[in-house]
Amino acid sequence: MIGGSDRQASPRRAPLVPKRRRRARSRFRVLTAAGGGAVLASALLAACGTSSASTGPVTLTYYLYPDSSGATQQAIKNCEQQSGHKYTISYQQLPAAADGQRQQLVRRLAANDSTIDILGLDVTWEAEFAQAGWIEPWTGANKAQAENGTLQPALQTAIWHGKLYAVPDNTNTQLLWYRSDLVKTPPKTWAEMLADAARLKQQGKPHYIEIQGAQYEGATVWFNTMVASAGGSILNPTATKVTLGAPAVKALSIMKQLATGPGGDPSLSVQMENENRLAMEAGSAAFELNYPFVYPGMKTDNPKLFKNFKWALYPQVNAGTPAKVTIGGIDLAVSRFSQHKALAFQAALCLRDKQNQIIGANIGGVPPTITSLYNNPALFKNYPFHADILYALQHASVRPKTPVYQVVSIDISHLVSPAAGINPASTKQAMVGQLNNALQSKGLVP
Amino acid sequence: MTTTTEAAPGGATTEVAKGRKAPLSEGARAERRLGWLLCAPAVIVMIAVTAYPVGYAVYLSLERYNLELPNAVKFIGLANYGAVLSSSYWWEALWVTVLISVVSVTITLVLGMLLAMVMHRTLFGRGSVRTAALIPYGIVTVAAAYGWQYAWTPGQGYLSAMFNNSAPLTDQFKAIGVIVLAEIWKTTPFMALLLLAGLSLVPEDLQKAAMVDGASGWQRFVRITLPLMKPAILVAVLFRTLDSFRIFDNIFILTGGNNGTASVSILGYNNLFNALNLGIGSAISILIFICVAIIAFVFIKGFGTAAPGTDIGKR
Repeated sequence: MIGGSDRQASPRRAPLVPKRRRRARSRFRVLTAAGGGAVLASALLAACGTSSASTGPVTLTYYLYPDSSGATQQAIKNCEQQSGHKYTISYQQLPAAADGQRQQLVRRLAANDSTIDILGLDVTWEAEFAQAGWIEPWTGANKAQAENGTLQPALQTAIWHGKLYAVPDNTNTQLLWYRSDLVKTPPKTWAEMLADAARLKQQGKPHYIEIQGAQYEGATVWFNTMVASAGGSILNPTATKVTLGAPAVKALSIMKQLATGPGGDPSLSVQMENENRLAMEAGSAAFELNYPFVYPGMKTDNPKLFKNFKWALYPQVNAGTPAKVTIGGIDLAVSRFSQHKALAFQAALCLRDKQNQIIGANIGGVPPTITSLYNNPALFKNYPFHADILYALQHASVRPKTPVYQVVSIDISHLVSPAAGINPASTKQAMVGQLNNALQSKGLVP
Repeated sequence: MTTTTEAAPGGATTEVAKGRKAPLSEGARAERRLGWLLCAPAVIVMIAVTAYPVGYAVYLSLERYNLELPNAVKFIGLANYGAVLSSSYWWEALWVTVLISVVSVTITLVLGMLLAMVMHRTLFGRGSVRTAALIPYGIVTVAAAYGWQYAWTPGQGYLSAMFNNSAPLTDQFKAIGVIVLAEIWKTTPFMALLLLAGLSLVPEDLQKAAMVDGASGWQRFVRITLPLMKPAILVAVLFRTLDSFRIFDNIFILTGGNNGTASVSILGYNNLFNALNLGIGSAISILIFICVAIIAFVFIKGFGTAAPGTDIGKR
């Protein structure tokens, strides 16, 4: 069929003279088009060049998650002014989903993109970016300023092989939210909370415990919190060995108990933070383990329940030992391919200084990473739980730091979700095997 | 392609030449050299854009190569293939891919045949009927996939609303059903066009002769139309099978490969671009390549499908 049409086409010959003329004309058109393109390209190059010229301010490009609150834009304006207009910052919004953010940054950095200066990194990406040589280590005065007064666990997220690779911008962690009309005193441990749920069920009252059980990063966060609270860890600090042991088995058995016991929400295996919030607002749950964004949500969505909507510290696994809740947040790093590293370090420090973190907390609702800001009650008029958040952050745990964190996290979330399917001993064994594969680049991600 | 052009000038003489390896005449040699010179630019471009990347992918698949671990790069032989073939993710993805391919190609073939018959027999407005049938094929797959995704999203889509606000994209089998539906909707026109070309190969005289002999419509279809169309049908099915085995865009938009709907291409993409594991990702790509080669081989050697480029019109 295809060959046939070829053969038919070949004998047909157009008269020579008009064809040549036609071709000449089209060649002229190609030339003009190419010329136009060259002019355009040189104009564009010139436009790019102006930023590095000594006359005007340098343009620093800042890649960060999309901040719809306006806090980031305000911080940028402040920093531009404070620098005496030495630099301007161009804010490039990354996709909303964390995976999309990471993919865009990774693709640019793997291609040595020199137009990135400052990057907003999720607290789980530092090891990967540092090991790949994509971000600059912090040294000297910049490092001292980054460390000064910064929350220890937040700082820990930015350290890889003993070097600081980023400066913590904002942070976050979870509390236990409960209904004081159902439970007079909040449970201190998981055992107490599960018993409370069983009692409430017997009394025919709302009894669900809301937590992130869907197969995604949230399930990994839950598992990490439980293992750390039980006194264990997932990987060793240099990410060369899997260190899951008895604490992991204990963590897994509590997760299974929740999923299969009276406190387990039937839709646990598809629930993320927002589903948890909605279930609590709908009145079907007694407890919720979640980030502080649920507080203003309850206030506007269900003022009646809001009166009894209280918070406490995350329940302990081992009674008497504070829970080690997983820390979240964003760190700022400077790209190795940046043309203006010195200014980029300066701008990153400014973007997360006290003044701008106050703006971030008040407008953006993201908890600060500078410890002293938590002693400023005026700052937290809409944030009555700031003392508990600070306590939780000071005892927080960091997710396993490894360059192959993506694979590690996906492996964990696929093994612990759905939580009802956990078999503590064998799930732990399977996890050890899969994480070992991941550390040797032998693991697949689905 | 080159063999056809070489053989074209005179069938009988080249056959003799092949048998005895007779020295070519000066003119024939010059012509052949000119032929090679004329082909050379195309061959060089093809090597640069096809052979080199394929070769590089084969090489990468034999290395431990994580983009985040530039210091750990080393040659590890076939270990990546071992890791992929012993992973349940690969086998699940392969199973999903085969399921989607078989179901969608089968249904597309039946619908495509019906559509081709309609287009073949239409007396009025033949051009507009063909154009209308081609519209789904003309829409960019990603755009169409977004359309399907919105239509099946509870609370905003009309299809979801029609089925009691259901969310089929969150369930493995229902999601695969939606993906197959999107594939069928999209590719039936392509199938119909290829089959239409085959239908026009069936001589009208044969049909009339059979009618005179008292053959029913079904007998004529099974005994005359289908056998004569076989080459066209096989080529169409081969093309569609190869295409649907490499399905990516529809799944990427509709489910992102979640809930056990990942095809082998999605698996390869996730390992290359999300896990940044060039070794494992390349091994998956090479395995997909091998699967596609096997499908093509089975079709061409097993069913006698004419390879693209050879003349299937000859009877």
